[in-house]
Amino acid sequence: MGSIFLGRRALLAGGAGLAAAAAGRGAAAQGAPIRIGELNSYSRMAAFCIPYRNAIQMAAEQINAAGGVMGGRRLEFIFRDDGATPGDAVRVAEELLTRENVAFIAGTFLSNVGLAVADFANQRKRLFFATEPLSDAITMAQGNRYTWRLRPSTFMQTRMLVEAARGRPQRRWAIVAPNYEYGQSAAANFKRLIGSAIPGAEIIAEQYPALGRIDAGATVGALSQARPDAIFNVLFGPDLTAFVREGNTRGLFERRFVLSLLTGEPEYMIPLGDETPEGWVVTGYPWDQVEGAEHRAFVEAYRARFNDTPRKGSLLGYVTVQVLANMLNRANSLDNEVLVDTLRDLRTDTLVGNVTMRGIDHQGTMGTWVGETTQRNGQGIMRNARYADGSDYMFPEEEVRAARRA
Amino acid sequence: MSVEFSFLLVQALSGLASASSLFIIASGLTLVFGVTRIVNFAHGSFYMLGAYVAVTIVPWLLQIERSPTLFFVGVLISACVVGVLGVLMEILLLRRIYKVPELFQLLATFGVVLMVQDAVLHIWGPVDIAGPRAPGLRHGVMILDQRFPAYELFLICAGPVVLGLLWLLMHKTRFGVLLRAATRDRDMVGALGVNQALLFTGTLFLGAFLAGLGGALQIPRVSASAQMDLSIITEAFVVTVIGGMGSIGGAFLAALLIGQLQAFGVLIFPKITLVLVFLLMALVLVVKPWGLLGRPEAAPVSAMPEGIASPRRFRAFEKLLLVLALLVAAMLPLFGDAYAVKVATEVLIFALAAFSLNFLVGNGGIVSFGHAAYFGLGAYASGLLVTKLGMPMEPALIAAPLAGGFFAALFGFFIVRLQGIYLAMLTLAFAQIAYAVCFQWVEVTGGDNGIVGVWPAPWVASRIAYHYLVLVVAVLGIFALRHVIYAPFGASLRAARDSAARAEAIGIDVRAHRWLGFTIAGAAAGLAGGLYAFSKGSIDPTLLGIPLSVDFLAMILLGGMQSVMGPVLGAAAFHSIKDVFMPLTDHWRFFLGASIIALVLIFPRGLGGAYASLRARFAGGAP
Repeated sequence: MGSIFLGRRALLAGGAGLAAAAAGRGAAAQGAPIRIGELNSYSRMAAFCIPYRNAIQMAAEQINAAGGVMGGRRLEFIFRDDGATPGDAVRVAEELLTRENVAFIAGTFLSNVGLAVADFANQRKRLFFATEPLSDAITMAQGNRYTWRLRPSTFMQTRMLVEAARGRPQRRWAIVAPNYEYGQSAAANFKRLIGSAIPGAEIIAEQYPALGRIDAGATVGALSQARPDAIFNVLFGPDLTAFVREGNTRGLFERRFVLSLLTGEPEYMIPLGDETPEGWVVTGYPWDQVEGAEHRAFVEAYRARFNDTPRKGSLLGYVTVQVLANMLNRANSLDNEVLVDTLRDLRTDTLVGNVTMRGIDHQGTMGTWVGETTQRNGQGIMRNARYADGSDYMFPEEEVRAARRA
Repeated sequence: MSVEFSFLLVQALSGLASASSLFIIASGLTLVFGVTRIVNFAHGSFYMLGAYVAVTIVPWLLQIERSPTLFFVGVLISACVVGVLGVLMEILLLRRIYKVPELFQLLATFGVVLMVQDAVLHIWGPVDIAGPRAPGLRHGVMILDQRFPAYELFLICAGPVVLGLLWLLMHKTRFGVLLRAATRDRDMVGALGVNQALLFTGTLFLGAFLAGLGGALQIPRVSASAQMDLSIITEAFVVTVIGGMGSIGGAFLAALLIGQLQAFGVLIFPKITLVLVFLLMALVLVVKPWGLLGRPEAAPVSAMPEGIASPRRFRAFEKLLLVLALLVAAMLPLFGDAYAVKVATEVLIFALAAFSLNFLVGNGGIVSFGHAAYFGLGAYASGLLVTKLGMPMEPALIAAPLAGGFFAALFGFFIVRLQGIYLAMLTLAFAQIAYAVCFQWVEVTGGDNGIVGVWPAPWVASRIAYHYLVLVVAVLGIFALRHVIYAPFGASLRAARDSAARAEAIGIDVRAHRWLGFTIAGAAAGLAGGLYAFSKGSIDPTLLGIPLSVDFLAMILLGGMQSVMGPVLGAAAFHSIKDVFMPLTDHWRFFLGASIIALVLIFPRGLGGAYASLRARFAGGAP
């Protein structure tokens, strides 16, 4: 069995090499496809990653149908599972670069995986377009020349929510967050920012259940005992569903203001169903309410192609391809040094409007939507949603300089 | 802030509700272990399937009528469906491998876990599915001034009811009497003419039924998701071990204890849920080596009755094979591409780690479920020295086996006092505690993000140079360990494994030997961990995690734990299979699980065992 696979790989690698050589000789029109390696937690984080991959494929097909990139070359994505651990991911990245001869790599979902791949890319001097991991460290303390991130970071999304709470009367806050880097850093960002939006705000209770194994009864009990005026929630996925159900039954959310990260993303909102709480201020993606002809066309095409509604992952996948295609067209080269230089302050018109890859911290200005939760026909939706452009919520420049210098 | 009584009461009730749910699941696990001695990893998968089946059929039943009766009928049907799946697993898989070492069945159930994970994604899709609330039990009940979910009051009752029904079953029916008899002495029950196949099938049905019931009862509280299996299985194991394996009453007691600790623990240490149950388990096992209500095993057999019997020297043909293998590893950079070199480097590292594990399991009869801890601690030692103290690679690499050995000595002091499955679970507990420290101590270890920038020194910076470094170090390490196996020390370990009493009688200090053996294995694993850190450039807590420990076990079982060199073969086979299937992206875990099961069925003694019987056939001698 091994030999068969070896054969297939060798064939692919050889073929790509030949084609690349052919392209090098001239004749740009019918050049070899541009291969991009995409690694992600398709098994472990399937709810987010599969709609994401769907949209990437759809976007690549649309671009190829319209004539490809770099003067007629096809975009081709090679998808791999990163095994959801840094060790596996680094090996997979190596495979993509050495065996599949991809031009550069993109993807990853978990922060620890993203950081390990980023450092690997830096070591190998190859571009890594980190699409999903939210950790601030990727663009701040552990940022490097070859790593760029598109999705708004933990800091940016927390800041959007805190801004939405500006001037609120609630002073006594409780935090509930999953016990890992994303939860911890969202909580730290919140503690840092809330004082500026609500003078005199204080944190009176914190709960950090283990990711994926919340004891919802005990957590809700501990939070209500503290009698906060408001709650900042970072839970998502199965933890969120369990927390919301328990909180609804026990009345935790009654007369309490709640800020909640990511809860408006369809991935996490759909399972809440008729338990979706009323009036939480959340970040998310109200795909059915976003204006603009281009976005409507995207929704139509996605629904027609996959017989499903788009998720946040789908939007991110599509925008990723738009930015990458623009980068390739501008650079007109696959030299990774040129690609990295092209990304610096690159502006791209995307589904969500203008997205700039800010040169100082390699963070994209893609934003997200902030709105309130409500229900329609037993399904959770967002209302009064507005698009918060990422460029208004980035880390201050002097802070970036200090963090990235170290 | 004064703590009111009503709050304490409600928090205690929350703890009781969790305890009840946990008990229902753990009771099935402990039953299956008691009778069949199978460490059933797939129990968590049955729990998950129970939830998924229930979120499928309960809403359908509720469309007929929104009545509490139909809700609970749906829950029971789901549990029965899962029970039947348990029977299928017994008939199609486990029944074929009852004759092989018990630990080997663990590997088969691990294959089932992998297959079920991808099957669930395929059938039910990637989105979490929230089940309906129980009609009539949606509301909250006022208890003093606090509101408490009615459904959780129901759950609090469900645990004791299941306990009572199980007691009736065990004491008032012939099936139950046989179950109890088999838990005490399986061979005697067989000798008395009881149809064991039927008994085991019945046990698997009951065990899977209880897991499915536990999952189905959770649907009003949690959504069905594809990660449910792994989040519950360790906790269920902990409950059964704290209670005493095979003891249903003990499981009940342990679940109560954990439920209350969890409910009040979060008030004082909000981050404690990660490690609390493992701390408790370590404490209980150190004080009570058989769990709270467990009995010492009737005959002092370990969880794994066989291992390396009498190690043979290499024959001429095997020496040739060895030279060939070394040549291939050494020449690989000449004919393989860069990626093949990378994979070979990893195989060598895992071979050293697996060899060190089999040094414990196969040679010493010390089954470790937490061997990755020493691998990971070695990696952390190297990584931290390089990144935090700016030390060069060479001394940092020397620190790796020292760290692995130090912590193995520390934990091993408590571990080697135990036997069999309790010993295995204590290794798991210490591994999880070490994992939690690496995870939580963000300032030093970088938390779950880990630390990047652990790259090798310039002279071995290239893939090929590093490959040679690993080749030399790993081969030297493996041969050093192999030498110990053949030395009198190794023979003493085997003697202590086969009969501790007789070993003591001829003057072997069993505990000291086992302790030293554990330390040596930990040091070797630490060395492998250090090599791994520099090959990846980063360290993070997954290096100490349960999945990696299970991978190591899979490697030695695939390779054959009764053969000395088998683990090397197993590491190569396991890593290659994984590497072949991962690029298929979707459903790679399904294929990995399926190939593990196929290998278990085709080579029930591992690849090393298959080779040994082949050799015996050609040599005409006994294997």
